[in-house]
Amino acid sequence: MNAKSLILAAAVALGTTAAAHAEWTTVRIGTEGAYPPFNYVDSDGQLRGFDLDIARALCEQMNVTCEFVAQDWDGIIPGLVAGRYDAIIASMSITPERLEQVDFSDKYYQTPARFAARRGSDITDTSPEAMAGRVIGAQSSTVSANFLEDIYTSSEIRLYATQDEANLDLAAGRLDAVFADSIVLYEWLEKTDDGSCCEFVGDAYADEEYFGTGVGIALRKEDDDLREMFNAALAEILANGTYERINAEYFPFSIY
Amino acid sequence: MALNDMGPPDLKRAERRTRLFMIFLGLVFLATFLTILDWNLLERYGPRFLRGVGVTFKLVLISVGIGSAVALPVALARLSANRLVNNLALGYITFFRGTPLLAQLFLVYYGTGQFREAMEAVNLWWFFRDPFFCAALTFTLNTTAYQAEILRGAIQSVPKGQWEAGHALGLSRAVTFLKVILPQAYIIALRPLGNELILMIKGSAVASVVTVFDIMGTTRLAFSRSFDFQVYLWAAVLYLFIVETIRIAWSFIERRLTRHLRVSRS
Amino acid sequence: MTELIGLLSFGSDGWGDELLEGAFLTLRLALATLPFGLVIGLCVALLKNAESPALQALGNLYTTIFRGLPELLTLFIIYFGGQILLKEMLDVVAPGTTVEVSSFVAGIIALSIVFGAFASEVFLAAIRAVPKGQGEAAAALGLSRWQGFRLVLFPQLFRLALPGLGNLWLVLLKDTALVSVIALDDLLRQTNVAVGVTKEPFFFYLVACLLYLAMSLVSTTCVALLEKRYNRGFAGSR
Repeated sequence: MNAKSLILAAAVALGTTAAAHAEWTTVRIGTEGAYPPFNYVDSDGQLRGFDLDIARALCEQMNVTCEFVAQDWDGIIPGLVAGRYDAIIASMSITPERLEQVDFSDKYYQTPARFAARRGSDITDTSPEAMAGRVIGAQSSTVSANFLEDIYTSSEIRLYATQDEANLDLAAGRLDAVFADSIVLYEWLEKTDDGSCCEFVGDAYADEEYFGTGVGIALRKEDDDLREMFNAALAEILANGTYERINAEYFPFSIY
Repeated sequence: MALNDMGPPDLKRAERRTRLFMIFLGLVFLATFLTILDWNLLERYGPRFLRGVGVTFKLVLISVGIGSAVALPVALARLSANRLVNNLALGYITFFRGTPLLAQLFLVYYGTGQFREAMEAVNLWWFFRDPFFCAALTFTLNTTAYQAEILRGAIQSVPKGQWEAGHALGLSRAVTFLKVILPQAYIIALRPLGNELILMIKGSAVASVVTVFDIMGTTRLAFSRSFDFQVYLWAAVLYLFIVETIRIAWSFIERRLTRHLRVSRS
Repeated sequence: MTELIGLLSFGSDGWGDELLEGAFLTLRLALATLPFGLVIGLCVALLKNAESPALQALGNLYTTIFRGLPELLTLFIIYFGGQILLKEMLDVVAPGTTVEVSSFVAGIIALSIVFGAFASEVFLAAIRAVPKGQGEAAAALGLSRWQGFRLVLFPQLFRLALPGLGNLWLVLLKDTALVSVIALDDLLRQTNVAVGVTKEPFFFYLVACLLYLAMSLVSTTCVALLEKRYNRGFAGSR
């Protein structure tokens, strides 16, 4: 028994799965499942959302089988680097910081970020000066969190594992505002009961240095072939109307 | 322990050699750690880590401090002949010792968020609004239960003869308890109380889950931006340093306080 | 109130089945950790009891490290670090192979490492409490070292270690709650999900606490029964 089979045997004994992927017949896709309407788990435990529909369309276009892996946001890039899955399709913005760790496909949508506050709050101006001393919540590890950390230095920033927890604390009055992707906030504010507590305040933010150049599919740096496959498939579904159809199912306007 | 003390002299030498080996291994670890240390990353997050240490200390000192004051009445309630008082204390201790600290923290933090209006009505919301206070309250409730149980055991393990001696000296029960029983009980409880302090330092890491930037919270923040695994190793070194320092300091205090008990042995 | 009870019903709009599933996973995780933790604990205790100072130092260092680290941190280190390490190892022997450490496995590894650190102290105290003469007697009866350990020493030291191990089991049961932070659908995480949907945090976290409490109380009873069984031969001398 050589060293290779020994380690493989140990890996199997540990309850782990090993798979070689020279020709990409199966692609494992990591997603969060806690970011409606882009990705979430429905009451039957199924992963759903815009990201998932786009992912399925891409897989069909690339003619590969896709398996979905739910992974908490905090560990989603480490999970990709460590090989738990081969691609992240989870509304991840393409930023210089992340590009140091992983590669990205072309963007598949782009939306700005916004603040939301409780209805009737006195927040009208969302500049760093006006928000000084206020408590702002965001999901950790996101472009919104990084932006707050760097720009809103005189506000108190609280970071949550999921956007849902931040929203819960805004509704409960622990936060003066939350800062997140505008569509995700829109979904919560307009389409849920507890979201009715709050409303958008201030302008939209899209500073490229922080919010990147859109949302892309994250891939390991060495998987250039897979990136090209995704880019080709993305161009194809944009051209043949599939993307437009999925977009229309979720939003009355184009988010590309 | 007694076996070691009475062992032949070469056993002591072996112990010293073991300690030398441990120091050597520790140095090897430290050297490895220093070689992988990314100084740029340290420059960026170092000050935040220091603030995190401060937050962890504040959390632990507040909860263990208040806990140690409240634990004694709770322990006395557990020893009380009054059924109601006794059962209340038992229920409190059982609940907080039988459930995970993290679940208790969620219960206090998210649970109180639900009753905001009622809290505002009694002017308590400013307290529960703050995650740090929620964590401090949860940890206090938790450590009080553990400390009360430690004290109860210690008080009960003071020999009955001590009570009788106090009585024979004409001391009242209250004075006997305060001047004779309690000091002995605290000496018995010293070691488990030290362990409880260390458990709280480690347990306080869960505060990071409700957005408190303690050592663990800072670590998770640094990891979420840099994705550099070494920040977890920094946290490990920090926690180990703190815990070991306290362990050594505590056993020094313990040895000082129990000097009079060991005279006869040497 | 009846509305809240209704939320605990089984089926598609109640959370009773989800919570029980979570509780079941919590128990499975703790039970799966136990044997590994016990073996690690016993091995480290034997290291610490070895004659060689180097082995002793190794055992002591293990205990110092994993008793001193917060369990949550150990879990993160195993979960993230273990994965990176495993991938680097595999890249050397079989490039292009990927491997997945499930959060369940990461949970078992981290929890048994911590359990082992504490259990080694319990075992060490027990080993030292069994009189030396017992080992010599076993040797005199012609038993091999291993037979002597298995048949004579181990049953005795296990009896002595049982109360300590019982406490550690309770600690382990509660520590499993931490795995909810690394995405394992245990009791606490299922509760989080239920809270996310129903917006009834107080009620659901209270129910979760009571479920943990029930598991703790049942465990305490079981440990007491086990202790009674192991102490059978000693009942008279009390």
